[in-house]
Amino acid sequence: MYLKNALRAATALTFVATAAAQAQTITIATVNNGDMIRMQGYTDNFTEATGIDVEWVTLEENVLRQRVTTDITTKGGQFDIMTIGMYETPIWGANGWLVPLDGMSEEYDVGDILPAMSGGLSHDGTLYAAPFYGESSMIMYRTDLMEKAGMEMPDAPSWQFIKEAAAAMTDRDADINGICLRGKAGWGEGGAFITAMSNSFGARWFDEDWKPQFDQPEWKDTLNFYVEMMTESGPAGYATNGFNENLSLFQQGKCGMWIDATVAASFVTNPTDSTVADQVGFALAPDTGLGKRSNWLWAWALAVPAGTQQEDAAKQFIEWATSKDYIELVAENEGWANVPPGARTSLYENPEYQKVPFAQMTLDSILSADPNNPTVKPVPYVGIQFAAIPEFAGIATQVSQEFSAVYAGQQTVDEALAKAQAFTEEEMEAAGY
Amino acid sequence: MARAVTSRRKTLNTALAWAVGLLIFFPILWTILTSFKTEAQAIASPPLFLNFDWTLENYAIVQERSDYMRFLWNSVIIAGGSTILGVIIAVPAAWAMAFVPSKRTKDILLWMLSTKMLPAVGVLYPIYLLFIQLGLLDTRGGLVVVLMLINLPIIVWMLYTYFREIPGEILEAARMDGATLKEEILYVLTPMAVPGIASTVLLNFILAWNEAFWTLNLTAVDAAPLTAFIASYSSPEGLFFAKLSAASTMAIAPILILGWFSQKQLVRGLTFGAVK
Repeated sequence: MYLKNALRAATALTFVATAAAQAQTITIATVNNGDMIRMQGYTDNFTEATGIDVEWVTLEENVLRQRVTTDITTKGGQFDIMTIGMYETPIWGANGWLVPLDGMSEEYDVGDILPAMSGGLSHDGTLYAAPFYGESSMIMYRTDLMEKAGMEMPDAPSWQFIKEAAAAMTDRDADINGICLRGKAGWGEGGAFITAMSNSFGARWFDEDWKPQFDQPEWKDTLNFYVEMMTESGPAGYATNGFNENLSLFQQGKCGMWIDATVAASFVTNPTDSTVADQVGFALAPDTGLGKRSNWLWAWALAVPAGTQQEDAAKQFIEWATSKDYIELVAENEGWANVPPGARTSLYENPEYQKVPFAQMTLDSILSADPNNPTVKPVPYVGIQFAAIPEFAGIATQVSQEFSAVYAGQQTVDEALAKAQAFTEEEMEAAGY
Repeated sequence: MARAVTSRRKTLNTALAWAVGLLIFFPILWTILTSFKTEAQAIASPPLFLNFDWTLENYAIVQERSDYMRFLWNSVIIAGGSTILGVIIAVPAAWAMAFVPSKRTKDILLWMLSTKMLPAVGVLYPIYLLFIQLGLLDTRGGLVVVLMLINLPIIVWMLYTYFREIPGEILEAARMDGATLKEEILYVLTPMAVPGIASTVLLNFILAWNEAFWTLNLTAVDAAPLTAFIASYSSPEGLFFAKLSAASTMAIAPILILGWFSQKQLVRGLTFGAVK
């Protein structure tokens, strides 16, 4: 009797174990931001529809970057989907580290992805990552302070106008800074801002022969303009301010203008967190009349590392998460202002989404950014706030540290540019350019 | 008069000790306070100390979003396992160095410590590749070994220092009474060095608990400890300080409680042999 029961139990256990082994689970590495966290909340919908379980590994952006880079370069196979950006995708795609995202269904409608996004996430015309959400940068400003200053913000202002408006809006006694901008060291922080800004001043990182260009007058003009404006109208200690620090200042009513990621628009207009939610206006990032504006382009996208054992399941998830249906799902449950922006053309054609106050300006900003032709003079690289070459992250981190030292008053613009030029020349030569 | 000066000095010393203690504890206190604020209150300027509407909302969100118990269990296994394994290896090693030193003992000790001077990222790729080959990626066993190796020099050094305080004659007497090497270490040396071993265990447990390079880089889902739990709430694009503080408070709470209950043992061990 005991033996019989034991045998029955063993058979049942074997059955359960086999069933468990057959259940498919994919592991996704992602960043901790609002849209990605929201997606995790809807994972059950995907599992119910497909029977595929999803495990999430959520990490801070810089940790994630190091983690997925280590894994993909060593073929560690820890993840079936990786959340990566426009910088990594073309490089990894060219190296054969990513699975091409071809063979998507007709309903998925690849052609609906905004061309600026699909272009930045492709290599040689092949899409290697699907954009979950995209962003550019734009001006967010206080309409009440602008009015008080007796000025009117044009839809597409110049840097000169921004400088004058910043000075007029600054009220040190009331702790109001005319303008808040990133100054923090790091290629994705202050480095991204100053590179995008330099594009509008006619500067570039490299000429057609990959020669560094920090010894050219355009870079000097950019840095001098930035430092003068921030000294006159920026917050104290701006050399260490990044996205979060400026967001905090703006939400507390301490910034007249803030030029940063379009994704910030939903934060500053959210009355729960922002004290100035109903007094925010938007405009395109400024220019100097040379034909290029100072806005960047970025997308957080989902890619499948080559060598994964679960390629089909991973592609299925990507198709679900970046589809039109997913956008509808979020809109239905949380409102149109909370859908992932900047990835699909159809979203901006939707009359409901057009009612969101920052929708049109976000689209205009994305459309005005061209990663294949980012600067006034020709360049051999792709990317607006970065150059999509493997060496860029290391070089730009060092260069942005030199620039931050200028903002902190530790060295002059000339000294920083001379160091940036020497360092970049050395690194590029060592890399064989 | 002398008594008055001594008493005043004592009061001053006590006040100074409290001030330094509060200064050291303040970041933890601030994290705990922030965890009970809303996101808007967390970034308010001027900062709100106690006069805010206390909320448990952040804890509820963190609880809903993450499987805290899984991370906690992994931390306990990894920190506990690496500490126990480290002590098992370090006790005989420290015994040999303290009681049977050779000409090169000091050099060996210095060499062991020098391994702590290499930045961890310098060996990330070799270790990662090794882990792939051995199938140890995202396993608790793999992390137990790595953290044990990282902390081993400190364990050996601490135990060596404690063992040196124990008179060699006592061990000699045990040997003359016929004790074997195993008996000498287990029944004579270890009981005498209990405060030292206990503080070594506690300190290494804390170091392993807080280790945030290898535990983030060698884990994904199955073996991810509380450091990964905290990392999932940090964001450079979004102000989630209140949630991050709630996650941090939950991550440090067990080790804080452990430290609180064992503080006497810890102080006794750390000052072992300091006053002769």
